[in-house]
Amino acid sequence: MSNRIGVYVCHCGTNIASMVDCKAVAEYAATLPGVALSRDYKYMCSDPGQTLIQQDIKEHKLDRIIVSACSPLLHEHTFRNATRQGGINEFFFQMVNIREHDAWVHTDRAKATEKAKDLIRAAVHRVPFHKPLEKKTVPIKPDVLIVGGGIAGIHAALTLANAGKKVYLVERDATIGGHMAKFDKTFPTLDCAACILTPKMSTVKTHPNITMWTYSDVTKVEGFVGNYKVTVRRNPRYIIEELCVGCSECVEACVFKEPKFPDEFNLGLGKRKPVFLPFPQATPLVAVIDPETCIQLKTGKCKKTCVEACGDRKAIDFSQKAEEKEIEVGTIILSTGFKIFDAKRIPYYGYGTYSNVFTALDIERLVNASGPTGGELVLRNGQKPKSVAIVHCVGSRDENTNKYCSRVCCMYSLKLAHLVKERTGAEVYNFYIDMRTPGKGFEEFYSKVSGEGVHMIRGKVADVFLENPADKSGRMIVQAEDTLLNIMRKVPVDMVVLGVGLEAQADANDVRRQFNISCSTEGWFLERHPKLAPVNTFTDGIFLAGCCQGPKDIPDTVAQAGAAAAEALALIDAGSVELEPNTAFVVEQECSGCKTCIPMCPYTAISRNEDKKIAVINEALCKGCGTCVAACPSGAIKQNLFEDDEIFEEINGVLAHV
Amino acid sequence: MPTKPKIGFYWCASCGGCEESVVDLAEDVLMVTAAVDIIFWPCAMDFKKADIEAMPDKSIVATLLNGAIRSSEQEEMAHLLRRKSQVLIAFGSCAHTGGIPGLANQFTCEQIMKYVYEECPTMVNDQKTHPQTHFKDGNRETELPVIRNVVRALDQVVDVDYYIPGCPPTPKLLKEAVLALLSGKLPPKGSVLAPNIAVCQQCKRNDSKPQDISLTEFKRPHQIIADPDICLLAQGLPCLGPATRGGCDAVCIQGNMPCTGCFGPVDNVHDHGAKILSYLASTAAGKEEKDITKTLAGIPDPVGTFYRYGLAKCLLRGKVSQS
Amino acid sequence: MSEPTNTFEPRIVAFFCNWCTYTAADLAGVSRMKYAPNIRVVRLMCSGRLDPQFVMAAFAKGADGVLIGGCHPGDCHYVEGNYKALRRVTLLKRMLADLGIEEDRFRLEWISASEGDKVKHVVNEMVEKIRALGPLDMPGKHTHWDKEMEELEAHVNHSQKEIPAHAH
Repeated sequence: MSNRIGVYVCHCGTNIASMVDCKAVAEYAATLPGVALSRDYKYMCSDPGQTLIQQDIKEHKLDRIIVSACSPLLHEHTFRNATRQGGINEFFFQMVNIREHDAWVHTDRAKATEKAKDLIRAAVHRVPFHKPLEKKTVPIKPDVLIVGGGIAGIHAALTLANAGKKVYLVERDATIGGHMAKFDKTFPTLDCAACILTPKMSTVKTHPNITMWTYSDVTKVEGFVGNYKVTVRRNPRYIIEELCVGCSECVEACVFKEPKFPDEFNLGLGKRKPVFLPFPQATPLVAVIDPETCIQLKTGKCKKTCVEACGDRKAIDFSQKAEEKEIEVGTIILSTGFKIFDAKRIPYYGYGTYSNVFTALDIERLVNASGPTGGELVLRNGQKPKSVAIVHCVGSRDENTNKYCSRVCCMYSLKLAHLVKERTGAEVYNFYIDMRTPGKGFEEFYSKVSGEGVHMIRGKVADVFLENPADKSGRMIVQAEDTLLNIMRKVPVDMVVLGVGLEAQADANDVRRQFNISCSTEGWFLERHPKLAPVNTFTDGIFLAGCCQGPKDIPDTVAQAGAAAAEALALIDAGSVELEPNTAFVVEQECSGCKTCIPMCPYTAISRNEDKKIAVINEALCKGCGTCVAACPSGAIKQNLFEDDEIFEEINGVLAHV
Repeated sequence: MPTKPKIGFYWCASCGGCEESVVDLAEDVLMVTAAVDIIFWPCAMDFKKADIEAMPDKSIVATLLNGAIRSSEQEEMAHLLRRKSQVLIAFGSCAHTGGIPGLANQFTCEQIMKYVYEECPTMVNDQKTHPQTHFKDGNRETELPVIRNVVRALDQVVDVDYYIPGCPPTPKLLKEAVLALLSGKLPPKGSVLAPNIAVCQQCKRNDSKPQDISLTEFKRPHQIIADPDICLLAQGLPCLGPATRGGCDAVCIQGNMPCTGCFGPVDNVHDHGAKILSYLASTAAGKEEKDITKTLAGIPDPVGTFYRYGLAKCLLRGKVSQS
Repeated sequence: MSEPTNTFEPRIVAFFCNWCTYTAADLAGVSRMKYAPNIRVVRLMCSGRLDPQFVMAAFAKGADGVLIGGCHPGDCHYVEGNYKALRRVTLLKRMLADLGIEEDRFRLEWISASEGDKVKHVVNEMVEKIRALGPLDMPGKHTHWDKEMEELEAHVNHSQKEIPAHAH
């Protein structure tokens, strides 16, 4: 019995129609065997377009539907729904991509039209082999894992926890807070970062629905949407978290009388002891012992004055070992943040060579009251700078480093200009390429800072060199071409601040592999769709928040974290999720029991039935890659939606000459 | 007395082993001859082509034709027997899938002739004489069959009803086929008259195969003395049992030799060699191209190994000539 | 620009994995990159689904080239389906060479979801290489091969007039 296929060729406005002769394609499709009806239509994804399919199925007794439009990754589900609502199984539908794969990438209308015909012909060949399938439904576990405890992770955790969901927040540092905790003020409102962040941090700590694991790493992720099994390693901090009250007495009592080791939280600008609290509002407010510098941990021979100071609390435990925790969650939010561009990669700016060249983040610490200088913005010699240059676009918009704009640097550079001026009264020179202030109140902030007497010089800094080459801590000359005045400027300054850009975390690639998601070439985690699914990933149930997806400021980060939380909530509240029925199955009577397939499966979904001496696939574990299908020497394993017959016919169809 | 069903046998490009398996029926051959009238069997009895031509169309109940089709003579006989037979059975690997003769599809006819009549180490042919299809001496004129450029399986020349696989087919399969034919209990046209399940199912060593082999080295039969009880693939021999239709009782493996694929693929497989390749490559270890290449170097002749009996039925049908 | 006499347009069948290379081709579209219109993509969930039979079928049915696209090593959405593809492709390349299919007609590329430009580059390069090789045209070759049988078939069918079954 031959099929009654309906073919729809979408114009997508002019997106497709301008490069593909949709009418001619539809007319051609009508001539293909099995095609009962063929139409071209302006917008197939519109309501009338979908209704058209539903009506045609009923009126013309169509039993297969082909829509040639955009990518199936975009609208396959839309048209499957329309097919189902028309009264036939939704998997009798096939999508043909003539937009992303055709109209948008070609310039020869005749050839693009031919290609569309070929692709539709492939589908016409394929669909008679489609089988009615049912989507399987799996329950969604209600707990959520959030990886990364910066402002994105904090906000997402609180949103979910306030909605009554149980959240595991895993942070690799000793405290949550991320980069935001290091900032002094936030642009453009000049809110005190700590004032707005730390209350949220402590709420996280005390929230009954949040399990916060700092100093911890995710080591293993298994499973799929709704059913992830995650292993978290809680690294030893040598302090029993539940017993420590954050009194700092152990820090005081440490055998090192003075802080001696570079303090990570202050980017090495200050010093700490082997036992320390990262910063006064650290959350949890629990000390950490650094095994690299602690004499007891290194040699086992210390007077352990810290233990003495801790006394009855007995919170110090030198024998603490890493502990593995296994949790089961339904959804995961990645908010693993960014790292700042390493300014040493641009040697002519002198970072790491000239002592008074700082990164913007260094300055954040120096102007911060809880920073190493108690909020005094001073040079290395302790004196206040009289002139400061702020260099924009360091490691951004640069062919040699990163081509992208880091989005936040113009604004934070203006903020720092304001703060420097306010704290020191120094002359401040901002060297910029373009002033990018596209945000609420941003341009106004620029005007304000300009009005404060900050010098704005439009020019990319070409060089920073010492006024006296012998004095590396002496005054520097900042050289740039002022492109507005068309002159070369050489500005002597006491301090240079580098507006470093944002980069993906150094281990972003490892993390994304662990969670089975994609990265852009720059290392930012890839969203499922840049516009319509900006917090989703290609792996269902895993969402993105904050700068791990790309540079963004705090308001955008928080908004995105909220969106990610909402996406997770939507899944949790739905209670279950439908999975693609593209799983593989063994045709029992054709299986010879050769065991070729068993090691093919990365999910151990295939096992051997020892009674029947054949392979069996556990559908719940199968993720539908089809690797076993290709390997099966008997063709006895079939993959729903991608059966051999379907693919062979697609090949035949695409190559069948006109 | 009712006439017994007429059966024919014919032999095209093959070694003759298939007809040997008729003799291997042993006592059962008497059962066959009692039940049927063999009206054509050139290797055993004297019949002429003219006798067949004189027969009414479809008057032979079944012809079992073995051998690939390589010459115009074989082609002509295939057409003739097709016309005269109700059921035409491709008998044995060569008729079924082209068989060993099909490996000639890796070369052009000229290459083969040149090698055989000029370059072969045992050939002395200073004048480089090649066989001719047309010969005239005075009044005598002779036409000899033309060698075709391509070796074909029987169904690439004429319509075939059934296939009995094997190089040679086992007497058991032959007997079952004849019984099915006589009882009229034949499966749908186009069927291979052997189980649609791979050799491993019948292999006594199946249980000895570990679930994950991940071979880092493929070996050839002469390189090892194989353990007679352990799966040969597990011992590094590229045994084609998993990818080859069963029904042979895994006789080669019982003889401690790996399956070489003579029964052809099971029904689901479109291209036997490609499927064998997929399965064997899946069994290989390695993640780096150089490691994989090293492992797979143990299969020195992919075409000869994977299409030993089936190059004619490979989707490409043979080597793509550059002409 | 190609010579006006060279009207040969290679036909390339591509098998792209859903997660990386198919998405990269979508990205190339969204980014409006322009590349040769000679490629026809068959979507698979994973390059591990690639059965070498598909490649043989594509060549046999008239493809001038076959391109396989998968995730980079270590990046497979299904852990290591791409390594399985690599093993098959490695052996298949050797076999295709033995069968006389030129190396440039069969290509495996790892293209991640963000590498739209690589889709463009690979397709363009492959089209040009195959254009230089000329058509493979297996269906045409098979038809040509079978022409040698036409004469005889006609001969057998015409030399014998129908002998009806009830002639005796």
